[in-house]
Amino acid sequence: MNKDDIKLSASSVNLWFGKKQVLKDINISFPKNQITALIGPSGCGKSTLLRCFNRMHDLSPDARIEGEFLLEQRDLYERGLSVTEVRSRIGMVFQKANPFPKSIYENINYGLKINDVPKEKRQDIIENALKESYIWEEVKDEMQKPATRLSGGQQQRLCIARAVSLRPEVILMDEPCSALDPLSTLKIEELIVKLKKDYTIIIVTHNMQQAQRVADKTVFMYLGEIIEEGDTNTLFSDPKNDLTANYVKGHFG
Amino acid sequence: MIKKLTSVIEWSTLLFSTGIVCLFLIIILWDLISKGAPSLSWEFVSTLPREGMTKGGILPAIIGTVLLTMITALVAVPFGISCAIYLNEYASDNWLTRLIRACIRNLAGVPSIIYGLFGLALFVQGLQMGTSLMSAGFTLGLLSLPYIIITTEEALRRIPASTREAALAVGATQFESIIDVVLPSALPGILTGVVLTLSRAAGETAPILFTGVAFYINNPSGFLNQEFMSLPYHLYMLSTQHQAIEEVRPLAYGTALVLIIVVFLLNLTAFYIRYKHSKNE
Ligand SMILES: Nc1ncnc2c1ncn2[C@@H]1O[C@H](COP(=O)(O)OP(=O)(O)O)[C@@H](O)[C@H]1O
Ligand SMILES: [Mg+2]
Repeated sequence: MNKDDIKLSASSVNLWFGKKQVLKDINISFPKNQITALIGPSGCGKSTLLRCFNRMHDLSPDARIEGEFLLEQRDLYERGLSVTEVRSRIGMVFQKANPFPKSIYENINYGLKINDVPKEKRQDIIENALKESYIWEEVKDEMQKPATRLSGGQQQRLCIARAVSLRPEVILMDEPCSALDPLSTLKIEELIVKLKKDYTIIIVTHNMQQAQRVADKTVFMYLGEIIEEGDTNTLFSDPKNDLTANYVKGHFG
Repeated sequence: MIKKLTSVIEWSTLLFSTGIVCLFLIIILWDLISKGAPSLSWEFVSTLPREGMTKGGILPAIIGTVLLTMITALVAVPFGISCAIYLNEYASDNWLTRLIRACIRNLAGVPSIIYGLFGLALFVQGLQMGTSLMSAGFTLGLLSLPYIIITTEEALRRIPASTREAALAVGATQFESIIDVVLPSALPGILTGVVLTLSRAAGETAPILFTGVAFYINNPSGFLNQEFMSLPYHLYMLSTQHQAIEEVRPLAYGTALVLIIVVFLLNLTAFYIRYKHSKNE
């Protein structure tokens, strides 16, 4: 892979929670404007790896991280780079939709406000983010409604809009559909595929079909290690490792 | 069949307990209102006591209790909430924080008369504040602190990590996430704790006994550096220490009713804020 096509990468990463090692010698890169799926049985460290990239472990005192994380050429943990800048360049969508307990409007506005986006620009950005996340039509007449009154699927699309509004370069998604019904899931998957032209996306998923539907590249993790990675079609149709083969056939998980 | 029987028994035990509690509440309220209401009048709440407390109103006691509760709130609420935020959001979980938490819990169990003695030693004598509204307010503030810390921490703990992470993930600092997202979400719980604590403080007599309350003052105002009258202490004096107890009994009931109303208004404010808040959830 050409070096210029790599958006985000991690090399020689080890991570411990207390004495327990959760990530073991992780080396991985994520191509620009592509969707990469992280799959693997639960507890194998997918979320933990994902959260390294936007420095979500900074606040857990018992997490110890070794290794290098690069956003293009920039070290994400370098001293001169503030954690808030990292997080505005690398957005995140969580497993369970977590809108702020505020109005729909304020849910997007808040991120803009604390990132010092001038007031006069915000209205357009909010509208565009909601349109980009295909929720504008459903909420445009009730922007002052509390976000928690929306359905689960709408809430998750609002959370995606919230991430998108900050124009991040990368969006991390941790099982964004696991709490949703099949219809909302399909909507979000469509949205994710459309977002790929502007963003680099990493999605953790439990759902093998979902990985095949949306991802260009798939990474299989097991017990804190990367077992196999590659083009999604190849990894599912012709896995090289026996563990991968068993997992994608649904023999364990 | 057995299952059905036990479920009927369980159900009726619960209903019975609830009934008993409500019954007592109703009896107390009924007793208070039926005996206190006749003494209530505009004069009663707006004039000074006259003729050795046998006539006139209780204005100084109302003003005293309201001001005292405000001072208590000014001392206990900001410090209590800050302390709870520190403990729950910033402090790491080590032996020192556990020790601090244990101390706070123990402080909440210290009898209120001890706080009174402590206030006497620290504020009245140590800091030369004399027996005054301020000394008494600070003493009650100290008494209320542990309750506010405990209830606020409880409210903060109920906010899920995902709410905090939502704010952090859009680039908020930890402080911004607490101020803008965590505190507003925890507001109803915090408010409940604050109001319950202040209601309790408003009805305390022991801590203010040595620190500033007076049986009688002949002006309605509460100066911070002077002694003051308060509703619970006035009630205590009228019901046990007055030379004409039978004669002032209706006034005692009236005072009790006014105290209940003051506390009720406090609760009503909290209820209103919670209601407005719930419309935004
Ligand atoms: N904050 C934490 N403290 C201690 N252990 C943790 C923490 N977060 C996750 N773990 C542990 O790390 C392992 C990997 O968790 P996670 O990354 O959430 O797995 P996955 O997302 O693949 O299901 C699990 O064994 C989990 O118990
Ligand atoms: Mg996970």
